[in-house]
Amino acid sequence: MTATATRPAPPTPPARHARRRRFSRQTREMWVLMLPALVPVLLFSVGPLLYGIALAFTDARNTRNHETSFVGLDNLGELLTAEDFWSSFRIGMIWAVSVTGLQFLAALGLALLLNQDLRFRGVARVLAVVPWAMPPVVIGLMWKLVYHPDAGILNSLLGTHINWLADFSLALPAIIVVGVWTGMPQTTVVLLAGLQNVPRELYEAVEVDGAGRWRKFWNITLPQLKPVIVAITSLDFVWNINQFGLVYVLTQGGPGGQTRLPMLFAYEEAFRYRFAGYASMLGLAMAVVVLAALGLYLWRQMREAK
Amino acid sequence: MTVTTRGKAAGLRRVPQYLALLAYVVFLAFPLLWLLSTALKTPREMALADPTWIPREPTLANFADAFGEQDLVGAATRSLVVALASSVVTVVISLPAAYAMARYRGLVNRIAIGWVLVSQVFPFILIIIPLFMILRDMELVNTLPGLVVVHVTFTLPFALWMLQGYVRAVPAELEEAAAMDGAGRIRTIIGVVAPLLAPGVVATLLFAFISSWNEFLFALVILQDPDVMTLPLTLVRFTGPEGVARLGPLAAASLMATIPSLIFFAIIQRRLKSGLMAGAVKG
Repeated sequence: MTATATRPAPPTPPARHARRRRFSRQTREMWVLMLPALVPVLLFSVGPLLYGIALAFTDARNTRNHETSFVGLDNLGELLTAEDFWSSFRIGMIWAVSVTGLQFLAALGLALLLNQDLRFRGVARVLAVVPWAMPPVVIGLMWKLVYHPDAGILNSLLGTHINWLADFSLALPAIIVVGVWTGMPQTTVVLLAGLQNVPRELYEAVEVDGAGRWRKFWNITLPQLKPVIVAITSLDFVWNINQFGLVYVLTQGGPGGQTRLPMLFAYEEAFRYRFAGYASMLGLAMAVVVLAALGLYLWRQMREAK
Repeated sequence: MTVTTRGKAAGLRRVPQYLALLAYVVFLAFPLLWLLSTALKTPREMALADPTWIPREPTLANFADAFGEQDLVGAATRSLVVALASSVVTVVISLPAAYAMARYRGLVNRIAIGWVLVSQVFPFILIIIPLFMILRDMELVNTLPGLVVVHVTFTLPFALWMLQGYVRAVPAELEEAAAMDGAGRIRTIIGVVAPLLAPGVVATLLFAFISSWNEFLFALVILQDPDVMTLPLTLVRFTGPEGVARLGPLAAASLMATIPSLIFFAIIQRRLKSGLMAGAVKG
């Protein structure tokens, strides 16, 4: 900006001019304050995001000295005909939908209990937050100890000798349980906050009519909670479909790709096989799918609400 | 209905509720207890078939062993350095921006909030590939500053969001009053706004520290040399194919790696119940 802007506003012509000056000074001040945060975000977040979208249309390799060229939609074509992508996509959807659904049901139950005047609910309350406080890697390692074929407690409790995380049909259900355990706290806390915001008068009104607990739940609690439920299940779905660390620690995508979520697939393509362009297209495709699913879900909810 | 019968009826009705609560407590607690149990077992006991809940000869040797592992101590130190640097840098650069967002609402504010939301939805893989290439060109791959830069960038949106909420809670009238008394802008901010913001700054610092301390994916991509790996990476490498012998020290180290986050959550527990969420929703 030029130096003139720093000079005090001339006395004539008054009101309008002066206001514009003040406005521009404010704007400038705002930009100066924003700058230190803006630079890293643009450089290491917005920039890479745009760069990543561009990469999806090239044959870029994640190696030095590779001549990258524009290939249009070749990566997409390759992706859509790759069997291992579809298998990963299917696993990702099973994982995200079941973890989100189970998480929600479990969290709703727990939130309803915590909202009651029960004894020992303090213990449950603290325990409900603990998974949130743990590093994802530690959660993964901890459950690996639970599922351990020799030293694990699960086999000892059930009297079985199953290698849970290496079993073709059990590995995915096993990690889904871990996913539910891990994500329950946030969902519970949000639902509990929602429950506490339901006005008491609404319950009192139907109690006069002699409504039972189920009717109160269906007719008041659920409709009142709906906006909160929509928001948290959407967020949970996005977080779950983008999950990486937990599953990487638990199974690395094994056995035989049975737990290879889309993000693990993309990671392998990008950093093991070094197909940067292909992996970017995978990331882009997943982003589009997630946005579309989310858009559809929110749109339907909003239409119903009208 | 008399008070006693009503009390009894309520008590009976509560039985299923207590059973359900118990089921939740068991589900939530049992992996944690197993981790603790494993951390207290001797290598000899680990090798036995049919493991038990209560260690037969409980020992703290695993914790000492974990401290004896050069890799783990080095990794914990590096994690500490990265987390401290990331959290301080995050707060220093987001504080002015948060102030601007809270005081001059407008287009920029809306864009910033939009970015906070978008950054939640986009798969990291889309960002991490080009980010890796950029950092490689800047010679920052396999360096701790490289990881700090990334952690700062990805903690920023939420840190900004938190901080601008705290700035908003400081009434603008206070600043105006100080200005009327002839205090300059800088003096107003240092003397009036800063002390009121201190709790918010501490909360944001802690949040950024924990995010960095726990972070796995970026570290996995950026730090490929075992000599520079942070704690989560080293813990994962620690589970080699050696069988059960090192599971005890691993469990002990995992427990210790959780301590910083537990302290953080103990501090903000009260806010979590309602305050934090209300603040986040109402903005």
